[in-house]
Amino acid sequence: MTDKQSDGIYHDVASPFCGIASDDLVVEVNGNTVTVKENGDPVTRHGFETPLTDLSPRIKGQEVSLEEAVSHIVALLKNSKQPLIGGMGTDLNGARAAMALADISRATIDSQFSDAAFRNILVLQDSGYMTTTLTEVRNRVDLLLVVGSDIESAYPRFYERILWPQESMFGQEIESREIIYLGKKPSGDASTSPAGRKAEVIECDDADLPEVMSVLRALVNGKKVQAESVGGIAAADLAGIAEKLKAARYSVITWSGSQLNYDHAEVTIQNICEMIKEINQTTRSNGLPLGGKEGDTTVNAVSSWQSGYPMRTSFSRNMPDYDPYMNRGQRMLDEGEVDLLLWVSSFNTDGTPPKTDATTIVLGRSGMTFEQEPEVFIPVGVPGIDHVGRTFRCDSAVSVPLKKLRDSGLPSTYEVLTAVEQAL
Amino acid sequence: MLTKLTGGRVIDPEHGINDVVRDIYIRDGRIVDAPSDGKIDEEIDVRGKIIMSGAIDMHTHIGGGKVNIARTMLPEDHAESLLERTELMRSGCGHAAPSTLTTGYRYAEMGYTAGFEPAVLPINARQAHMEMHDTPIIDKGGYAMLGSDDFLLRMMAANEDQEAINNYVAWTLTHTQALGLKVVNPGGINAFKFNQRKLDLDEKNTFYNVSPREILQRLSRAVTELGVPHPLHVHGCNLGVPGNKDTTLDTIQGIEGLPMHLTHIQFHSYGTEGDFKFSSGAAEIAEAINRNKNITVDVGQILFGQTVTASGDNMRQFAGAPHAHPNKWVCMDIECEAGCGVVPFKYKDQSFVNALQWMIGLETFLMVDDPWRIFLTTDHPNGAPFTSYPHLIKLLMDKSFRNDMLSTLHPEAQKATHLAAIDREYSLYDIATMTRAGAARLLGLSDRGHLGVGAAADITVYTDHPDREKMFSSPDYVFKDGQMVVRNGQLIKITWGTTHVVKPHYDASIEKPLQSYFDKYHTVKMGNFKISDDEIVDDGRGSLTVQPLKQGGKL
Repeated sequence: MTDKQSDGIYHDVASPFCGIASDDLVVEVNGNTVTVKENGDPVTRHGFETPLTDLSPRIKGQEVSLEEAVSHIVALLKNSKQPLIGGMGTDLNGARAAMALADISRATIDSQFSDAAFRNILVLQDSGYMTTTLTEVRNRVDLLLVVGSDIESAYPRFYERILWPQESMFGQEIESREIIYLGKKPSGDASTSPAGRKAEVIECDDADLPEVMSVLRALVNGKKVQAESVGGIAAADLAGIAEKLKAARYSVITWSGSQLNYDHAEVTIQNICEMIKEINQTTRSNGLPLGGKEGDTTVNAVSSWQSGYPMRTSFSRNMPDYDPYMNRGQRMLDEGEVDLLLWVSSFNTDGTPPKTDATTIVLGRSGMTFEQEPEVFIPVGVPGIDHVGRTFRCDSAVSVPLKKLRDSGLPSTYEVLTAVEQAL
Repeated sequence: MLTKLTGGRVIDPEHGINDVVRDIYIRDGRIVDAPSDGKIDEEIDVRGKIIMSGAIDMHTHIGGGKVNIARTMLPEDHAESLLERTELMRSGCGHAAPSTLTTGYRYAEMGYTAGFEPAVLPINARQAHMEMHDTPIIDKGGYAMLGSDDFLLRMMAANEDQEAINNYVAWTLTHTQALGLKVVNPGGINAFKFNQRKLDLDEKNTFYNVSPREILQRLSRAVTELGVPHPLHVHGCNLGVPGNKDTTLDTIQGIEGLPMHLTHIQFHSYGTEGDFKFSSGAAEIAEAINRNKNITVDVGQILFGQTVTASGDNMRQFAGAPHAHPNKWVCMDIECEAGCGVVPFKYKDQSFVNALQWMIGLETFLMVDDPWRIFLTTDHPNGAPFTSYPHLIKLLMDKSFRNDMLSTLHPEAQKATHLAAIDREYSLYDIATMTRAGAARLLGLSDRGHLGVGAAADITVYTDHPDREKMFSSPDYVFKDGQMVVRNGQLIKITWGTTHVVKPHYDASIEKPLQSYFDKYHTVKMGNFKISDDEIVDDGRGSLTVQPLKQGGKL
């Protein structure tokens, strides 16, 4: 599985740091230093190249052994009336261990990315959707509509890998692919075709997106619209998009849950998804929700198969109880309902825990810095760097293996959480 | 440690043993001969009890993307069946789409010791195995799904020879860690991506100019020539479409004698007669099955109540989506391989169509003569959750119960069936054949499904209760690999079963076009597509059992 060569070069390395999980990276490893040599981008370089610093666990800022740190966590959990397992920046086995621990410790479990993820999950649970996956888009898309999102800032290689391959499987002229931005304009030129054709950009404020999407859906359904403009967009322009969606053979509508960052954005997404179903009465169209970095998709998947529910599930009644509002981790912290926060964030030193009065345990990436030193800090290995792992891509259908690139000696989140669970 | 089960009434169809009092000895997870020195460590008195090998569910959607979409989608369905954590068991929930842990516990409590996920998309196989890894006690395995994947259709469009296709099939089975090969709406899932809305057996995919009939022939030949024990597992064209019995009859003829397993045949046995233009085709289908010895089927019985349908057949699921109950559904196109559709559904006994579906399933069970060639399934959860098996067994074994149920259903549907006139009642031996010996033989599980010396000690002990639903709901004992996991219907121990796979030989030359295909068109590298043995073993709880190929298997 590991295509290591004698010079410390690894090929076909998958990145867990971005939701499209590119797996064609070439990485050089020299001791504990990792360098992305080929196919890197700002997101993956930051992910792989963040240097290793801390190697020892700490209690109240004092270095301790891993065993001591684990024992202390066990004692804290035993005395906790309402633990919250948060962050959840981890891989498959880290998620499995966190679920097992939540179950035995009667904790509530939530992820740092849930606000965005639930904009899609709530739609799934209310009305469902039609979606597609990255390889399908790469070979079939003829019209890409980007709603309210600047893709390249979070997914720098999306266009290169998905929209502008050398060739499509079905003889489509790649240059003929049409891209329309509705809402935010792109921050760069990644969406410009290899021959220089620029995306069409129809801007509006986030606040106007709910109305704009409603009108677009109405137009797709052949309804008459009285207004001449909506959210600053000419109704005729929206009618133009509607016609293109109906004429396209395989349109794809994409959005980033984290960038549709306003109250009840799930309703906008629901309108997109229902519109897609309606377009499919005559031609093919699909959604492509982007998200899923740093274990986001993975932890929701594992939680669903182990408990029946995604994140925001509580085990306080000794059985899973799901409530996307009550079990929102930040709400529980804000309301002072949590006395112990176990924060898992193994991918990103920026993924620090929220400020809270609750006693805080952090299983974090080496190099993490804190405004307030947590009660316990255990630097854990990064899945895909310090140990093998598996992570799901944003489209949920695909998961990729993560390689071990170096011997840092850091424990995995799975090892730490399993040790805690066993001791309970 | 030698355990003796003393005095049970053994039903072991693989050895033709029907209700014969025998002692069974277990050591190191296996059934062994009586010890020559007579020394035993533990004796369990099972006098008067019925002993069968552990049951095998050969078609149950227990792991993979679409099942997990169903779980995430249905919080309201789980909320009515929550499972508390105990000293022994993890908490869980779910009725139509239970959590993996609950799935394993419930199967074991019913005396099942193996379940096979029948629709593993190769690119999603990793996830299917992750979920099955988290399913306790039972053995598991999966059938890799081909037939709408662009790689195969490209090969067929280019008229590549059978050997190349065999190579590709063997490569796929090996690297997805599969036990068998499945095809779902052959070519149809692919055709839907080109906006075709139906695909009959001889209709061509507009892009590839390839028909479902040709796909079935190629894949069935591949499985046969490779020596994979399980015949091609076929979810045919036109699922759920009134009149599809003719497609099914054509499919049976079209395979020209090659081995073929037609799954959830109930959904493919519909006529168009009567006022409702919907009628039973079960008699004709059963007759064709009886006549064509190369054909096996499982039924996909429907039972009334809320469930969820989860299928790779997004073409048909999209067509069925207006019937979603509650009104929400998902369809996906997936990775130039296949797709999926998840549609919650409530089967109603006062619906003419649903009542007739119930009757068609039972007619099929009762009119197919040979219990070695028909298998007990609800296509969990598509026809009903697997937890309804004891009820289904009672329907098969108890004519008066069956007819009592029948008399409560939609009156027009009752007039459309001869079910009430069918006297057949399944015997315990028939049930053991269908759910044990036959299933193991069909899947090529060499050491399961029987109670001979050398078999894995997967054993279920029942009380011979006249109420067969009670009997099969709550076995006295269940042994998994020799360990007692259930006593008096209650779980007492959690174990972790193995993953059954086949590893047909392939010529490495197939990786040249595959490498090029992955590099040019895919978003995953070929090396990352492959699932290593280590991933199955994982944290040490998993294991692989490689089942032997048939004699004469070749490439």
